[in-house]
Amino acid sequence: MIAFILRRLLGSIGVLIAVGLIAFAMFRYVGDPVNQMVGIETSVQEREQLRHQLGLDQPTIIQAARFLINAARFDFGVSYQFKQPVADLIGARMPATLELALVASILSLAAGVPMGVFTALHRDSALARLFQALSLIGISLPTFLIGILLIYLFAVVLRWLPSFGRGDVVHIGSWWTTGLLTVSGLKSLIMPSITLALFQMTLIMRLVRAEMLEVMRSDYIRFARARGLSERAIHFHHALKNTLVPVITVVGLQLGSILAFSIITETVFAWPGMGQLFLQSIQNADIPIMAAYLLLIASLFVVINLIVDLIYVAVDPRLRVHLQRAPV
Amino acid sequence: MKLPSVKSSFLAAIAVAAFLAPTLAPSAEPKILHFAFQGELKSVDPYQINESFSLTVNGAVYEGLIRRGPDLRIEPALATSWEVLDPLHWRFHLRKGVKFHEGQDFTADDVIFSVNRVKGPGSDLKGVVPADAEVVKVDDYTVDFILKTPDPLLINQWDTWGIFSKSWSEAHGATEATAMNATTPPYAGLHANGTGPFILVSHEPGVKTVWKRNPNWWDKPIGNIDEVVFTPIPNAATRVAALLSGEIDWMDPVPLNDQARVNANPGTEVLAGPEVRTIFLGMDQSRDELGHSNVKGKNPFKDVRVRKAFYQAIDEDAINKKVMRGQATPTAVMIAPSLFSLSKDFHRFPFDPEASKKLLAEAGYPDGFEVQLDCPNDRYVNDEQICQAVVGMLARVGVKVDLNAEPKSKFFAAISAAGGYDSSFYLLGWTPTTLESFNVFQYIMGCRDPKTNWGGNNVGGYCNPKVDALARKALDEPDEEKRDEIFAEAWRISLVDDVSYIPLHQQALAWGVSKTTHVIQPPNNSYRFAWVTKD
Repeated sequence: MIAFILRRLLGSIGVLIAVGLIAFAMFRYVGDPVNQMVGIETSVQEREQLRHQLGLDQPTIIQAARFLINAARFDFGVSYQFKQPVADLIGARMPATLELALVASILSLAAGVPMGVFTALHRDSALARLFQALSLIGISLPTFLIGILLIYLFAVVLRWLPSFGRGDVVHIGSWWTTGLLTVSGLKSLIMPSITLALFQMTLIMRLVRAEMLEVMRSDYIRFARARGLSERAIHFHHALKNTLVPVITVVGLQLGSILAFSIITETVFAWPGMGQLFLQSIQNADIPIMAAYLLLIASLFVVINLIVDLIYVAVDPRLRVHLQRAPV
Repeated sequence: MKLPSVKSSFLAAIAVAAFLAPTLAPSAEPKILHFAFQGELKSVDPYQINESFSLTVNGAVYEGLIRRGPDLRIEPALATSWEVLDPLHWRFHLRKGVKFHEGQDFTADDVIFSVNRVKGPGSDLKGVVPADAEVVKVDDYTVDFILKTPDPLLINQWDTWGIFSKSWSEAHGATEATAMNATTPPYAGLHANGTGPFILVSHEPGVKTVWKRNPNWWDKPIGNIDEVVFTPIPNAATRVAALLSGEIDWMDPVPLNDQARVNANPGTEVLAGPEVRTIFLGMDQSRDELGHSNVKGKNPFKDVRVRKAFYQAIDEDAINKKVMRGQATPTAVMIAPSLFSLSKDFHRFPFDPEASKKLLAEAGYPDGFEVQLDCPNDRYVNDEQICQAVVGMLARVGVKVDLNAEPKSKFFAAISAAGGYDSSFYLLGWTPTTLESFNVFQYIMGCRDPKTNWGGNNVGGYCNPKVDALARKALDEPDEEKRDEIFAEAWRISLVDDVSYIPLHQQALAWGVSKTTHVIQPPNNSYRFAWVTKD
């Protein structure tokens, strides 16, 4: 078991190095960072000097290696644009993104699972059809469009909710900020989290529905019926429980993508999270922020995958036996 | 007997009211101005980047020796007066009794310190003081600038050159604008201490910046704002929504598509006005063979007939009407009319496709040719759409234009000096930071000289020594009227005789403001919080 974890960790380091190298290979296509750092009247000599100071005149592979070596010591350098340490900038933005992702995940689970169960159990009811139609919208409408539609309805027309930002935040400890403890913070969270959750919700709903239909056809449900158990016990005790195993796996993996793909939602709502910072840094060709963000997201996926693998091992006895006999 | 008593009680009432007014004032709600812009404030250290947004917003905290009024006229600020003793010797008398936000007295030492800081490493504003100028402290409130060459425009950019406190900067290790290889975060990047009308309260880079009114400011603000909250909102639709919903009072810019809606909304309006930025097309006239064209072995743009043919093929009125929705101001000069008194003497070459075709035929291209047009797509108002219109118009005279529209980070990397001026045909905009013609001759029209950065942004490499000589001659002319006459001559040679560039238009400013917020909009697009009044 420990050998398995170690092997996976070693593999993760390989993944991170690869991400770093690929990222740096792509950065040459985002434009010249120096151009974004100085005014248009700045002379060529001064630009060259700056380029030299930043090490941008060195070959890509050396820049990437230097970045990775520093990153291994948790030193991500200084942002070209803000002249502040990248770790501080990302750290300051992280709570906003994590809170948004967490609320969106809870929202998508809380709505997606019951809707999935309902549509599976009452396949032909009008409400189930409505849910199905809604899920089609959720899966096919682009995020930014949903966000802007929500803003126009609830912020401009009805004026119930704020259209941008995070509202008032409360500082907890030295660096965490939360919007969950203020009224304006909670109101600001509603639209972005719904926008971000919508796609996940439809995914979960469809997954639960499909799994539930599958399980309802299986023998043990039939036998449970034969034993005379109540419908309620069959549905929620036997069927749903077995449905949830794959759902939890998918939700876990999707948490990574919610974090990584909150970029669009954050930009639409001017949500001061990591995604917005990343998008700004692309526009500004701010290589240190881009590199650190990509590495962070890659690490996140590596960790989530590792945890999911470990849960599999814990849940499925067959895998455990397999592991003891031969390495995966 | 009766009359005086009424009068005196009336006077007493006034006295009571006058006495009560200041005590009542604090109970009134503070006037908070919510301001949003498409980009972020990169640093609160104004020397960090020579970018108009950063300079104008940081100007609320840091003041210069001079400032500019709503009509862009130069006014005294930290210097109460100045005299040119001789063309190489300027004397400045400093304002007495001014204090920095943290209490330090403003003196000549701060001015000399700021000169060194702005010329020092990490500063992007090195150009505001000539490199070889000597600055001498005469007494605590008098400073002399001794120049090597005459420069009547010495103070033209000083409205955005803010004065730092020497003792504050030294106490916090902020004596230099941050060098890029700095390992500790720069103090002046997150903290500020100027003499201006607003005090920096907090700055979260890219998230939010808050200022509060400076109660001890030496001047009286025109407006009544107690606190300013700035938020960058990059998404245009969100920015418009935030204005319509009343969450922000003032934002820039309103996209052309949304202007009708902002005006239709009862509580908001668009403040439009001509900006001092000129949008123009440039052509590579220096290479012997164009880098991006199907003409081999020669450069068609070296022929003035081809340049004029391009000019006359472009229907600027149509561009203004269709692409700019009538908000732009077509121009025949490379400088805004408000910055050049003789601009009304210049007229665009008429739009005439037939004449254009004839000129092309005379130049040896009866069937036109193929050339690439480089264009930014996120820099100027509807930049890519302007280029698309140009492509269509040139197609009508037989020139096939391949449009290469790119984000600004890529566009400027290619066309800049550092990118080797890699463009055959391009769209660019220019705002002279000194707000007069010389700056345009220096950077856009001048023969390129990499050593002095003369002609540094002359991407097409147009070069006429006569024009350069005139521009330099103008610099020796202290009288503004005579100077403009020399500039007019230089404009005539470069734009009418040589057709060095194709000027298109002055783009329009488009601020979105709530109707309860009254702002003043100067044509150089500067945001002055001290001029804002909220009902």
